[in-house]
Amino acid sequence: MKNTPWLALALVTLPLVTLAAPALADGPSSSANPPATLSGSKVVKLCDNKTTVEVSNDTPKTPDEGKKIADALMAQWESKHPDNKWVAEEVEAHQVVPPEDNVKLVGTGQSSTYGAVSAQDVKVWNTETYKEAVYGSSVFHSGDELGSEIAVSCDMCHPRAANTHPETYPKFQPQLGRVALLRDMINWCIEHPVRGKVLAPDDPKMRALESYILAQRKGVPLDYGKR
Amino acid sequence: MHNKRTPPSIKRPHIKSVETRYFEERDSLFRGLQRLDRRTFMKVSAGAAAAAAASGVSHHFHSFLPINVAGATEDTARQPFTFAYISDSHLYIKKTNERFIRQLLRAVDDVNAMDPQPDFVLYGGDLAQLGRKEELDLGAQVLKSLKAPVHMMVGEHDWFFDMGHRWNELFGPENYSFNHKGVHFVVLMSVHEKDFWTARGMTPAERMHTVAGLDNAVQSAFEVGAPERAWLKKDLEKVPTTTPIIVFSHSPLYKLYRPWNFWTDDAEDVQAILQRFDHVTVLHGHTHQVLTNRIGNIQFHGMLSTAWPWPYAPQGLPALTVQMNRPNPFDPNDGLGDGSANVHPDGLVDKVYSLWNRNPTEVKASYLSSDGAQDRPVIPTLASY
Repeated sequence: MKNTPWLALALVTLPLVTLAAPALADGPSSSANPPATLSGSKVVKLCDNKTTVEVSNDTPKTPDEGKKIADALMAQWESKHPDNKWVAEEVEAHQVVPPEDNVKLVGTGQSSTYGAVSAQDVKVWNTETYKEAVYGSSVFHSGDELGSEIAVSCDMCHPRAANTHPETYPKFQPQLGRVALLRDMINWCIEHPVRGKVLAPDDPKMRALESYILAQRKGVPLDYGKR
Repeated sequence: MHNKRTPPSIKRPHIKSVETRYFEERDSLFRGLQRLDRRTFMKVSAGAAAAAAASGVSHHFHSFLPINVAGATEDTARQPFTFAYISDSHLYIKKTNERFIRQLLRAVDDVNAMDPQPDFVLYGGDLAQLGRKEELDLGAQVLKSLKAPVHMMVGEHDWFFDMGHRWNELFGPENYSFNHKGVHFVVLMSVHEKDFWTARGMTPAERMHTVAGLDNAVQSAFEVGAPERAWLKKDLEKVPTTTPIIVFSHSPLYKLYRPWNFWTDDAEDVQAILQRFDHVTVLHGHTHQVLTNRIGNIQFHGMLSTAWPWPYAPQGLPALTVQMNRPNPFDPNDGLGDGSANVHPDGLVDKVYSLWNRNPTEVKASYLSSDGAQDRPVIPTLASY
């Protein structure tokens, strides 16, 4: 459930202007373009492929009008996704340690754009990485998200992920009969104290939980095997 | 609301068998002996023998009773005694979670098995998890099976759903005091919070849920509050400075770690009210761990939880605290328990943490009085990090 808003948000924020502009252009409409209505006005669709507004054909083709269309689409989308501010809300309730900001790299080296690292690159890295940890925090703090049958969540024994010491894995756990990774201990806790269903190693919730727990120990040296 | 009233307690006739009384006397003899140096002992024994002979009641010679009285020579009015505690059970209703109920039952069994029985049992707050009527009723029902009288204290989990309504109905006022064997006891509601919910348009359930998250930063800091401080001041007004004071508060009455509300925002003001007394001991819940502190004349002890253990705060841990073992996640009830407090005739407290599945830890008053020089508790093998 938490996954959908990020995806939509990421798609919406970047290409919105480019989407609005060609929609207003009079050029031949491709098959991907939304159809004209019977009254002759145009239907503009948001990149979620669901949200639409009707724009009359005599709308002046100015940036201001384009902005109005974009705002109307966003307003609709936001009303359909009331929890779209989940990152801000989660961070207000539960402090999540932010990732390395990497701002020193701006203007240096190569990035995915094959030019120097841009401020935009750094921002995307930072936002996406942080979001993963924040999603982890929301799972960590919710018995429902964890599928607990007894309304127990991780933060009850580990406020702010204290005493999880992810830097000490892998280590041999005699009780598990093998070398445990952090995710094995997370699953042990989900199964026993939390009494929920264990997660697959690549389950989005497991990836998020690992991200949150590791984020909270930022700066602590790795010390695998430590007890 | 802030009047001094009879404390809520579960009354039952106190009948003790001959055997119980014998062991009680024997116990206080040994406790008394520990406090006496040799010369005082001789004096006391001679005095006791003479008194017994003079009274012509020969069977006193075979009883431990005279020595018991002698043990209180520093202050004839006071005798040592013991009270037990159970704290932080965080009950959900049975349908949601029966584990926490079983754990509270285990603590009740522990206390009922104490021989001799404690003079009373302190319940340290957070009986319920989400402050619901059903949770509080269930808790009250379970605690009824305690043999000794019970003194109730409120915690934030009992409070923030209906702002104490059901708790007050069940257990009476949240602030009260009583005297027991020459010690003045004060039970203080210390987990008020400044209104963070109205502006956010929160429902009672949302407010409760916010407070229930230890690391939830939306909530405010705990405080005793001005009306309660005024009540406390008035309550202590006529109490002489030589009377030992024992305060029960849910939050620690000092500032340890704000992000987890191991904290009381007006702690300094409360400490100032307690400053003029010779001996003050504060027993607090909320922290779910062995926790020890001393500020001037005030000695502080935490209480164990029956529901789950908290880790130690990353900052601000008092220097006198000898940490309990880091709870082992493979041991279901590790780091949990209940305990008791042995009150000396001078009113200072030896605090016993009865950790389930481990050896009990005792934090003696002498350890705190000597600033850690004497009677250091056993250092655990698995420290937190």
